[in-house]
Amino acid sequence: MDDMYRDYILDHYKNPRNFGELEGATHTYHDSNPLCGDELTMQLKIDDGHVDEIHFTGKGCAISQASASILTEEVKGKTLDEVKAIDRDHVLANLGIPISPARIKCALLGLKALKGAAWGLTAWPGEEVKAK
Amino acid sequence: MAVTVKTPSVKAAPLDVARIRKDFPILSQSVRGKPLVYLDNAATSQKPRQVIDTMARVFEEHNANIHRGVYEFSERTTAEFEEARAKVARLINAPSEREVVFVRNATEGLNLVAYAWGRDNIKRGDRIVTTVLEHHSDFVPWQQLAKDVGAEVAVVDIDDDGRLRRDQVSAELRRGAKLLAITHTSNGLGTVNPVKEIAAEARAAGATVLVDVAQAVPHTPVDVQDLGADFVAFSGHKMLAPPGSGGLWGRAEILESMRPFLYGGDMISRVTVKLTEWNELPWKFEAGTSSYVDAIGLGAAVDYLSDVGVERIHAHELSLVGYLLPRLREIPGVTVYGPKDLESRVGVVSFNIEGIHPHDVATIFDREGVCVRAGHHCNQPLMTRLGVPATTRASMYLYNTTDEMDALVRAIHAAKKVFGV
Ligand SMILES: Cc1ncc(COP(=O)(O)O)c(C=O)c1O
Repeated sequence: MDDMYRDYILDHYKNPRNFGELEGATHTYHDSNPLCGDELTMQLKIDDGHVDEIHFTGKGCAISQASASILTEEVKGKTLDEVKAIDRDHVLANLGIPISPARIKCALLGLKALKGAAWGLTAWPGEEVKAK
Repeated sequence: MAVTVKTPSVKAAPLDVARIRKDFPILSQSVRGKPLVYLDNAATSQKPRQVIDTMARVFEEHNANIHRGVYEFSERTTAEFEEARAKVARLINAPSEREVVFVRNATEGLNLVAYAWGRDNIKRGDRIVTTVLEHHSDFVPWQQLAKDVGAEVAVVDIDDDGRLRRDQVSAELRRGAKLLAITHTSNGLGTVNPVKEIAAEARAAGATVLVDVAQAVPHTPVDVQDLGADFVAFSGHKMLAPPGSGGLWGRAEILESMRPFLYGGDMISRVTVKLTEWNELPWKFEAGTSSYVDAIGLGAAVDYLSDVGVERIHAHELSLVGYLLPRLREIPGVTVYGPKDLESRVGVVSFNIEGIHPHDVATIFDREGVCVRAGHHCNQPLMTRLGVPATTRASMYLYNTTDEMDALVRAIHAAKKVFGV
């Protein structure tokens, strides 16, 4: 019925998969979208170059949370290199709904946090300069 | 709960909204097949035909740079530019046009004060008193100034109704203040602060008083002399005028004591290789080619607002709020932030729907043709104080109707239906 708020999007939003703190995470990255107040943390447990476990925590709009939830389902079992290769077009296609320019950042927050975690970052390159 | 409309002091005859709407070409548009319901007036207002035509006429008939040419077009444009200044001065009851500086927007006016006054007057250990209701543009300049010179910023809190904690204001001022930087009207909650009595206290404490009137001038009468302010700043685009127009008013003796903000053409009276003498007020603060067509558009907007009557506009907005608030209260899961009555407020209503992020709310509203703002409204300290990342904000103006309030309520139900809450 709704082109954007499809049932599976709302389902992922209300019942996020792989949600909650991950005990023994080897890689953790937190990112936020200050404009909307979306917050997201991705946690990976990497074992022998593979994603053994992935969890996320966060709060925000349906698009950011559903996109992150869908991403975690896909990533489990992949190699770290495969995770690093996931790009935005893939995430948007996987999300399967039209995303307006104003909401792109919401849709990609999960990917950004995942990349940060996979690359073992503590801050996004170029964004280390902390606010005064 | 009954809400009675508190009519502003002067008896205000109701607006002929149907006629007013005809002046705003954009309002007859539809969005996705639905009539446009524009409720983002705190972000920017729409423009009446009279403003659009005035600006087009300058471009088509006598455009020329101001204060320079010794030919008729330049003289005519200069005269209209200066006439616009006189109109602004009358609107805010400035004692003299010399005290009205044209700026691009409120932000530029506030930064002008922070740089040209603040850096010479705020010293290590001085205190700046401000409030948690400030827009970032009346907060960050003071925070950064304080950081640079080693001053201290005291931020006054609000109560649960979104009203300033008066006791805290007085206490902070008593502890000493060099500057009070306060918003007249909150863009996030619609609260109108008792600025006149606070300004009197601040002056008694020896503070200079700067008032952000960006949400006040468009919606309520503002008299800078009655307020007892030293500086006020506002943006034209929120009051029917084009973006790129705005005003800073300051008391002449303070403006005269200040150094210029930007250096360049127009702001000088004489330049030698060794030194420069500044132009008189207000041109000392208008370096470079002004947005003069925008300023002339602001003059036309002031005419429009004065013809309708700002007091009547305020009464109209309050009647819309009085219609909307009880209807919002009936909807389960809707929380309204800020004043719950019509006392000392304007037509800004901030709310959240439980279980739906404001961005999702605004996206669904958009499909109903309803334009609202979702986000932190450049009020992050306020959002933190409210304990929410963002709110949905509907803000009204002279052309909005009760039918549009109904459309807003329907859009809320539509959002709740999509999310099953
Ligand atoms: C209370 C208040 N102050 C200042 C501003 C800044 O206005 P501008 O962005 O036009 O400079 C705004 C605009 O949202 C405002 O609402």
